[in-house]
Amino acid sequence: MFQEAPSFWQNGPAPGSFYNFPNTTFNQLQNSASDAFKHSQSPVTTATSIVALVYDAGVIIAGDILGSYGSLARYRNCSRVLKVNNNIILGAGGDYGDFQYVKALLNQKIIDEECLDDGLKLKPKSLHCWLTRIMYNRRSKFDPFWNNFVVGGLQDGVPFLGTVDKLGTAYEDKIICTGYGAHIVTPMIRAALDKNPNINKAEAKALVLKAMEVLYYRDARSYPKFEIATLDQDGVEIAGPIDVSQNWEIAHFVR
Amino acid sequence: MHSVMDSRPFFEDYSVKPMQRQFSPYADNGGSIIAISGNDFVVIGADTRLSSGYSIYTRDQNKLFKLSDTTVLGCSGCWCDTLSLTRILNARMQMYEQEHNKKMSTPACAQMLSTMLYYKRFFPYYISNILVGLDSEGKGCVYSYDPIGHTERSSYRAGGSAGALLQPLLDNQVGMKNMQNVQNEPLTIERAVGILKDTFISAAERDIYTGDSIKINVITKDGIKEDTFELRKD
Repeated sequence: MFQEAPSFWQNGPAPGSFYNFPNTTFNQLQNSASDAFKHSQSPVTTATSIVALVYDAGVIIAGDILGSYGSLARYRNCSRVLKVNNNIILGAGGDYGDFQYVKALLNQKIIDEECLDDGLKLKPKSLHCWLTRIMYNRRSKFDPFWNNFVVGGLQDGVPFLGTVDKLGTAYEDKIICTGYGAHIVTPMIRAALDKNPNINKAEAKALVLKAMEVLYYRDARSYPKFEIATLDQDGVEIAGPIDVSQNWEIAHFVR
Repeated sequence: MHSVMDSRPFFEDYSVKPMQRQFSPYADNGGSIIAISGNDFVVIGADTRLSSGYSIYTRDQNKLFKLSDTTVLGCSGCWCDTLSLTRILNARMQMYEQEHNKKMSTPACAQMLSTMLYYKRFFPYYISNILVGLDSEGKGCVYSYDPIGHTERSSYRAGGSAGALLQPLLDNQVGMKNMQNVQNEPLTIERAVGILKDTFISAAERDIYTGDSIKINVITKDGIKEDTFELRKD
């Protein structure tokens, strides 16, 4: 006779509560041995700044390839800018292990999407939003992924650049630098783009090269080898490892 | 830390203890919200600076969220909480519309927001919320909240990082507090927007978390009109 309409929002957490991902060890971590929660709450092998900006036709993301173990420059070939698909590139800073874990999640997500075989590809805004949820979910369990992610891409032909930090704080901007880069090179890049808002790919590359050089001189956790990912209508290009042009003659002028 | 007897300074780098970075799930990303209502309108403004400590993340972040054709929410505080709260709010607005086949009224939305905030009483959303819209009679209304859901309806309100700095200014200029020999004539949209801009200019002078520019929404029965206004960028 009368059939009740199916309820909205089923098979998930109540609106406002958190989703527990299946097959994660997090749930067993709770209430083990004592009542106190135990979490890994500090980064171990870390990567430093990411420098990213939007140029007239696309986006550029750069990061050095050092994995630091505290102050020890331990792993010297840790790539952390990558191509996600034909219209997304990703850069990551912070804990390298957490980055590799999220990268594995992301790769599985891409495989799942490929299996749908509907011809639709992940877009940068979707990936940015997804990362936001992943990061916020873990910070809400007091077990954060200790990373900064920078997502660059072409959203229906329009350049996109966004970032997510370990809390899930996310925003979009034309210039994004994380870590020490936020303090040291954002002002430099902002000044350059204020002077000339529509720079081309070559100018953007030169600016990023300069930024990596400045960072190498002042960030003690940086490294003189880095990778640059660019993305525009011509596709994704990941260049590197590129050497920072060093000139220690200037050191004599610093007193 | 080092013992009470030891008078030497404590240098973390030289400590034998393992270095532990304290994790806090909250961040203060600043931002200010101002709302002023009149008899048949309401205006709300929010600055567009998103910051953390002494760093400015971006100078162009919209903090006003349109929930329906007559309701706008302004958020400031912990930005990751704002993103999550507004995401769920939008879903709840859609669920209400599809379940009841009508748009949610502003007072109903105000009550829902209070309930949603209190639902997280023991792990709150660290947000200063101001919700504005038109009530059933078409009058402008302003609802302000604390992070755990206490709410109050008023005719004007300042919130966020410069809230405490600006509320007395609104008390004087909109509420006509401590004014002598003034006749109480109804507020016009032009005057409300003028006061709102002046108030933000004042905030940008003294609050480092407020600046760059403001986004203004003017809500009348004819819909929402958007406007922007530049502030100092230092």
